[in-house]
Amino acid sequence: MSDLLPEMMGRFPTLTERPSSDHPAVNVPAEDLVAVLHYLRDEKGFDHLADLTGIDNGLEASPRFTVVYHVFSTRDHGWVRIAADCPDNAAPAVPSAVSLWPGANWHERECFDMFGIRFEGHPDLRRILMWDGYPHHPLRKDFPLAGIETPLSDAEVAAETGTTAIAAPMAGGPFVAGAGKLNLGEAEPHAKDESWSERHPQPGQPELRQVKE
Amino acid sequence: MVTANTEIGYDSKVEGEAIVSRADAVINWIRTNSLWPMPMGLACCAIELMAVGGARFDIARFGAEVMRFSPRQADCMIVAGTVTYKMAPHLRRIYDQMMAPKWVIAMGACASSGGMYRSYATMQGVDRIVPVDVYISGCPPRPEALLDGLIKLQEKIKRDPSTRRLMSA
Repeated sequence: MSDLLPEMMGRFPTLTERPSSDHPAVNVPAEDLVAVLHYLRDEKGFDHLADLTGIDNGLEASPRFTVVYHVFSTRDHGWVRIAADCPDNAAPAVPSAVSLWPGANWHERECFDMFGIRFEGHPDLRRILMWDGYPHHPLRKDFPLAGIETPLSDAEVAAETGTTAIAAPMAGGPFVAGAGKLNLGEAEPHAKDESWSERHPQPGQPELRQVKE
Repeated sequence: MVTANTEIGYDSKVEGEAIVSRADAVINWIRTNSLWPMPMGLACCAIELMAVGGARFDIARFGAEVMRFSPRQADCMIVAGTVTYKMAPHLRRIYDQMMAPKWVIAMGACASSGGMYRSYATMQGVDRIVPVDVYISGCPPRPEALLDGLIKLQEKIKRDPSTRRLMSA
């Protein structure tokens, strides 16, 4: 496995080594992505695409979006990580890997749903977790954890009930667990800011639902 | 339920073969002891719901053992689990297909309030989309808690002015 990276870089001169604390990792330009994955699968025995996900590097960062692949060799029991930056920050896109691993299909749909990264050549690029027509991409850095108020997917039900998908009341959250705490009371998840609650709303925060005394 | 029924006064020596009671008492007695639940199992609460249906806790003791997976044959929806915004319209449509009279039990923290999911994807309480009769706390609730909620619902049904509703319908 140790000679894999030099061999790959000899074959594809556009590759650069990516800092990694565990497995061999490389940065790939988007246009070489499918060729590199194809080479790894057919010539190096990396037959299993274990994971495919995205990274939002931040609103100011350029390139803003990166797609990360983890491939595994069931023959050699080794991993390789491949990261491809999306060239366009406004309309991020990389080529699809569905032609190499059919299992990439739903991974790419999830990545598209959560980050809005398009996969060129995907046979059926629809949202997979959020509903069709949802206007946001929840794992982007500019999307708040509580969400953004949005109409429900079913207009008839929305009209009948008058309900929308609201921004969740955070009440001092997000809730975090104390890492490495032996005392279970401290390790329990608690709000980061406990100075306010549903009964004592924080000034400037949206009013929560009325709590009956 | 094994409780003293004070609504029906019957003395065979006086009344012979006739029983005198109030229509409400009879209708509510029938409804109370023959709830047909619609198991809306969406998350881990559904596992506890299954335990309630099993031999150890045995929801049949309370006349609610006939779980119907068709909403058209059910009159009590037990929302057991996390309701996502993607699922919520479907849940409302299933509720709409149930025939009146119908009731809803919000089982567990998620169905009652969104629970630990303060997030963009989870409906913050199923009462935002269907009318809930009984809320059950717990994450998930013990089977006994669900049985207690069922008994609370039965008590609520017994107070219902069923005859007036039927006459005005």
